[in-house]
Amino acid sequence: MTEQAAASPGPITADAAAPLLRTDRLSKHFKIGNALSRKTLHAVDEVSLTIGERQIVALAGESGSGKSTIARLLARIYTPTGGEIYFQGTPLSHMRSRGDRLRYSSDAPMVFQDPFASINPVFRISHGVLRALKLHRPELSPDERYAEARRVFEVVGLTPADQALQRYPHELSGGQRQRVGFAQALAMRPKLIIADEPVSMLDVSIRIGLLNLMAQLRDEQGVSILYITHDIASARYVADRLIVMYAGQIAEAGPVEEVLGNPRHPYTQLLVSAVPDPRAEPHIGAETDRGEPPKVIDPTPGCRFRWRCPLAIDICQTVTPELAQLAPDHDAACHVAQSGAEVRAFS
Amino acid sequence: MSSVPAEASRAADRAAAANAAMLEVRDLTVTYALERGTVTAVDRVSLDVEPREFVGIVGESGCGKSTLLFAIANLLGGPAAITGGSVLFKGRSLVGLTDSQLAAVRWKDLSVVMQSAMNALNPVMSIGAQFKDAMRAHGTTSRQEIADRSAEVLKMVGIDPAHLKSYPHQLSGGMRQRSMIAMAMLFTPDLIIMDEPTSALDVVAQRSLMAQIKDLQEQFGFAVVFVTHDMSLVSHYSDRLMVMYAGQVAELGRTRDVFDDPLHPYSAGLLEAFPSIRGPKVRLTGIPGSPPDLSREYESCRFAPRCPQVMERCKTTPPDLYQVEGRLVRCLLHEDGRNSAVAEGAAAPAAEDVRSEP
Repeated sequence: MTEQAAASPGPITADAAAPLLRTDRLSKHFKIGNALSRKTLHAVDEVSLTIGERQIVALAGESGSGKSTIARLLARIYTPTGGEIYFQGTPLSHMRSRGDRLRYSSDAPMVFQDPFASINPVFRISHGVLRALKLHRPELSPDERYAEARRVFEVVGLTPADQALQRYPHELSGGQRQRVGFAQALAMRPKLIIADEPVSMLDVSIRIGLLNLMAQLRDEQGVSILYITHDIASARYVADRLIVMYAGQIAEAGPVEEVLGNPRHPYTQLLVSAVPDPRAEPHIGAETDRGEPPKVIDPTPGCRFRWRCPLAIDICQTVTPELAQLAPDHDAACHVAQSGAEVRAFS
Repeated sequence: MSSVPAEASRAADRAAAANAAMLEVRDLTVTYALERGTVTAVDRVSLDVEPREFVGIVGESGCGKSTLLFAIANLLGGPAAITGGSVLFKGRSLVGLTDSQLAAVRWKDLSVVMQSAMNALNPVMSIGAQFKDAMRAHGTTSRQEIADRSAEVLKMVGIDPAHLKSYPHQLSGGMRQRSMIAMAMLFTPDLIIMDEPTSALDVVAQRSLMAQIKDLQEQFGFAVVFVTHDMSLVSHYSDRLMVMYAGQVAELGRTRDVFDDPLHPYSAGLLEAFPSIRGPKVRLTGIPGSPPDLSREYESCRFAPRCPQVMERCKTTPPDLYQVEGRLVRCLLHEDGRNSAVAEGAAAPAAEDVRSEP
């Protein structure tokens, strides 16, 4: 044990074998309606996921599937309705002091979707980075803070860093601004970056550059990234693991190649089949799904995909499928797949 | 030669109009007059659209694709104005028409579907009331006729006519876009112009909307001009594809040809920017750099600073649009004679008329 402790100078965790972050039946419900009709919207329902060290985990799903709610739960913007988040083995609900909270927000900072709204337009780019450093790493002197800002700007490819730091946000392109977002996160020496649709507002031609940057941060800086996206082709490009969400629950999870190459949940198959692929033969006239994800208001038991699923059987109407392992490290929440039958709903 | 009777000359005009393309855009130039100078957002763009054709226009933000659409539909306002060229729709010039002349054409012969249905639909009117407005404006006054047609077009796009009573906020993003398309079809126009109608939707909704647009087009025979930044989206749906860069046409040709063998390095770069969901994983680079500043004049190729195949001449010679095997491409690599060796060796299908897509 002493050798291990010497090799990893990070804080000693409650459980050395624990993944970086783990959620246990995490739920977030919102109350909607008025006094006459109280209703509950189940945005996230009993989600258990893990993020390992040096791992990019993609969280994919349609709009309204709960993926951004999960990001906000992990960033502690929302308080969970139920369940628990463990960071390096420590439950977040036990973190009460300001110091603990600050430490967690520098361990797991967030990068936002809209690079035009997430940087203060009246200050130079250096403002945000230096201010965050002052708050989260008070041990640094002003000179050290500036040196650190230069370092992270160079890492994310904003060079020459001295000039980039002196710019105003309006002088930068969308791709450059999003790099600023990653630089700000990186200045905290994070272990996990929560990136909520970081490339969806960017032009196609510069998205790849940001995806390559994420891979580089994992490989060279050793950070893990939760990559929230609706673009599963980009998830395949950059992620190690893929979690597919549907209507607030996990439909399928596993190594990205395994899940996309051999999808077991009918919804994952639908997602894969819908990705336009100019290199493939056209398949117009293939069955087109016209359904939409349900709003999960006061749900009754049963599979939430059953209305769109061509394979739905009786049990799907009454029993909510649990996430179960179907192959090593490959889980799906589908009664049909769990019965051992071959699932081929959409192709 | 005024001996030709007026009747006959009008008949000849009509015959000429029938032979010509339905939409003829010639050397269209749009300039924004800003305080710091002028920006030429669309620079001498020419495009013909035949009846029943589906033309895709792709490019990065700021390449002028939306400005081009607005100019074609005569919707430009504010600092933007058409400063050159012409737009002929069914043989009639749209540039310079008064608002009331335009009003007769809009919705009836030509309709536009905007990018954000949430902003394009009136939030305080039900869908049905907005349909009614459009029909009344064009002289349909019978309540029964309006109700029947509204229900009919909504059914065409796969929405229950009960939603005529719904307000925009009660519909999902996909349903709002579908109802915009339904509204565009109230009078079965000859041309529907679409500005990124699917960009707010996720992949599943996106594919089903694209398939639906294609179905409706085959059924009713309207032409579509479809603007998008996502090249892969139109790959299976459009007959021809126009790639725009920095306000100009970079490449124009049959969609399949552009995908199989992009001639312009920018088209090739755009294609290479998509990770694939199938096949081997390869490291992609995208297109480094940013689009050029359009407020200045260029004595060079506008793509040269980002081009992987840049030559010395590119920095001093602005390329023209060259005709290569039925395609148009703005790149010095394809200046006359230069590409003959490439073309012979390439396994590209024999060139045909660019518009003879089945």
